[in-house]
Amino acid sequence: MKPIYLDNNATTRVDDEVVHAMLPFFTEQYGNASSLHAFGNQVARSIKEARSQVQQLLGAEHESEIIFTSCGTESDSTAILSALRAMPERREIITTVVEHPAILTLCDHLEKSEGYTVHRLAVDSRGRLDMNEYRSKLSERTAVVSVMWANNETGTLFPVEQMAELADAAGAQFHTDAVQAVGKVPIDLKKTKIHMLSLSGHKLHAPKGIGVLYLRRGTRYRPLLRGGHQERGRRAGTENTASIIGLGKAAEQALHHMEYENFVVRQLRDRLEQGILAQVPNAFVTGDPDNRLPNTCNIAFEFIEGEGILLLLNKMGIAASSGSACTSGSLEPSHVMRAMGIPYTAAHGTVRFSLSRYTTAEEIERVIAAVPPIVAQLRKLSPYWGANGPKAEAFTPSYA
Amino acid sequence: MWDYSEKVKDHFFNPRNAVVLEDANGIGDVGSISCGDALRLMLKIDSTTETITAAGFQTFGCGSAIASSSALTEIVKGMSVEQALKVTNQDIADYLDGLPPEKMHCSVMGREALHAAIANYRGESWSDDHEEGELICKCFGVDSALIEETIRANGLTTVEEVTFYTKAGGGCSSCHEGIEEILARVLVEAPVMKAPAKEVQITPAPIAATVQPSSRVGKLTNLQRIRLIEETLEKLRPQLQMDRGDVELVDVSGKDVIVNLTGACTGCQMASMTLNGIQQRLIEALGEFVRVLPAQASSCNHVAGGQS
Repeated sequence: MKPIYLDNNATTRVDDEVVHAMLPFFTEQYGNASSLHAFGNQVARSIKEARSQVQQLLGAEHESEIIFTSCGTESDSTAILSALRAMPERREIITTVVEHPAILTLCDHLEKSEGYTVHRLAVDSRGRLDMNEYRSKLSERTAVVSVMWANNETGTLFPVEQMAELADAAGAQFHTDAVQAVGKVPIDLKKTKIHMLSLSGHKLHAPKGIGVLYLRRGTRYRPLLRGGHQERGRRAGTENTASIIGLGKAAEQALHHMEYENFVVRQLRDRLEQGILAQVPNAFVTGDPDNRLPNTCNIAFEFIEGEGILLLLNKMGIAASSGSACTSGSLEPSHVMRAMGIPYTAAHGTVRFSLSRYTTAEEIERVIAAVPPIVAQLRKLSPYWGANGPKAEAFTPSYA
Repeated sequence: MWDYSEKVKDHFFNPRNAVVLEDANGIGDVGSISCGDALRLMLKIDSTTETITAAGFQTFGCGSAIASSSALTEIVKGMSVEQALKVTNQDIADYLDGLPPEKMHCSVMGREALHAAIANYRGESWSDDHEEGELICKCFGVDSALIEETIRANGLTTVEEVTFYTKAGGGCSSCHEGIEEILARVLVEAPVMKAPAKEVQITPAPIAATVQPSSRVGKLTNLQRIRLIEETLEKLRPQLQMDRGDVELVDVSGKDVIVNLTGACTGCQMASMTLNGIQQRLIEALGEFVRVLPAQASSCNHVAGGQS
């Protein structure tokens, strides 16, 4: 049977039209956009078009605000380091405890090796931020605020537009890691005070190895990569032409499918969620139920461990992912689950299903049918589960 | 995901003896749900012959934890209690054609449960075995006795390996120093424990395999010891210089070797890894545990200050 891919927050299938648009740039259109001859001119024009397509998707005011990079991580690093270098008198960073490692690890490093003060905003059990805490940390010492638009594990959306207003008023730069949000929820940057935004091509059906840093006109900026005039000197290095063209096409497609994503995909996601929860006791959805990406569903199953669920799903041709410790190679559940204080009975048993516009209703029904027996099978193996439900108190290790 | 052996997959997808033995007379519970894995091993032991006639298990945990439990029950069925007590965590891993290094703790948990079940059968209190052991890793509830035992049984030499095998140190990492101290203690006695012909046994760490532990332990004068440290560092320098860094010996104080990382090494994200690498090589050369520490990271601070 055809495998079912429900791990679209990890990466996505490249859209056929995207591949089609890219192919000529590996063969006939191999010129360097910087060259004066016809080979280069054609390519430069195509890159300009791709830039405009990304501009449309983001609702950016100017085409020149789009800087092509190699990935989301590069965009994140460039944004934070640029803000710090552009405002050396400000020595504080505000971010959240649930950011992607691309932000968290960088902030840890800046804190330890360069003496910056990093404020990491906490989240509640639903993964929501406390705006009062944010306001209390924001000051004239803040150089940059970096808050993700949507969380990769739970899909929880943060009020970045509102937070950007506050940051701007405090004279700080506001960056958002929107890798999970772009292409899934409508974005209109010209109406916001967001100074910088990172996106990653492979999360929206473009290839891996291409990203964008949106840089609002007038934002003080210091490049990370120097050495060439590409991207107006803001990101040196020969353009990854084919991937840029691909990302442009993918952006166009994403805009085209935005309504479908927020209506049909959301319905499929809700059906999946309700279908599973109706049949499986001791399971619940993590994250903010009211403000969530339309494609993401993260379910915590009590008294079992996520890796086992994934292995059994995989055997049935279903791909999902887990925030459990065992799948990642670390020994603790994901930092997102820990930050939300998911009860220890369920923290190891979280499974993320992330859909795309390729997901079908038939696939969702197959997953709804597959999950309950898998959970039952693992619970039968678990010493915390009896014939009638949980029996956590019965298990008594003689030391712990 | 993990590169599990076919044997591991088989025992996960088709676990053997995954039953509750109602008439078990030896039950061992280890682990906890908050730690991410827990195992209840149930043994039925014939009290006249002291033979394990049936084994069953219940496990909360990842694929390899379930597979290790399944393997354990297969291994011990039919064994005498005395034989079963000799089963090591390595036996469990071998039975499954190996486990990924990060998952070795699953096999250790199996062995723990086996000892707990036999203690339970004998009416002994298993926790007694751990009473002397000081709690080292608070995140995963691992005490010094288990860490020491696992280091000895598996010839572990680094904190990372201890984490892979016991989970200790895999959480907040505040106990790494405690684990280092245990490693230091056990490694000092290690050459004595490992009889002459058994040098190979030390080898799980790839680097350790290239250099044999010195037999000169204890016979070095201070001067010889410092010279040996200098020689070893000298050999490492070309490698560091390739990355435009360098290392120099500042002082030796007991088990602490203080070095200065210079050039590109300073403040480099990899500095702590470099220090670990140097430490590893010194331990091999000296045949004793030493701790490599950076000379006061003052140069680092200057750099940071200068940028502000």
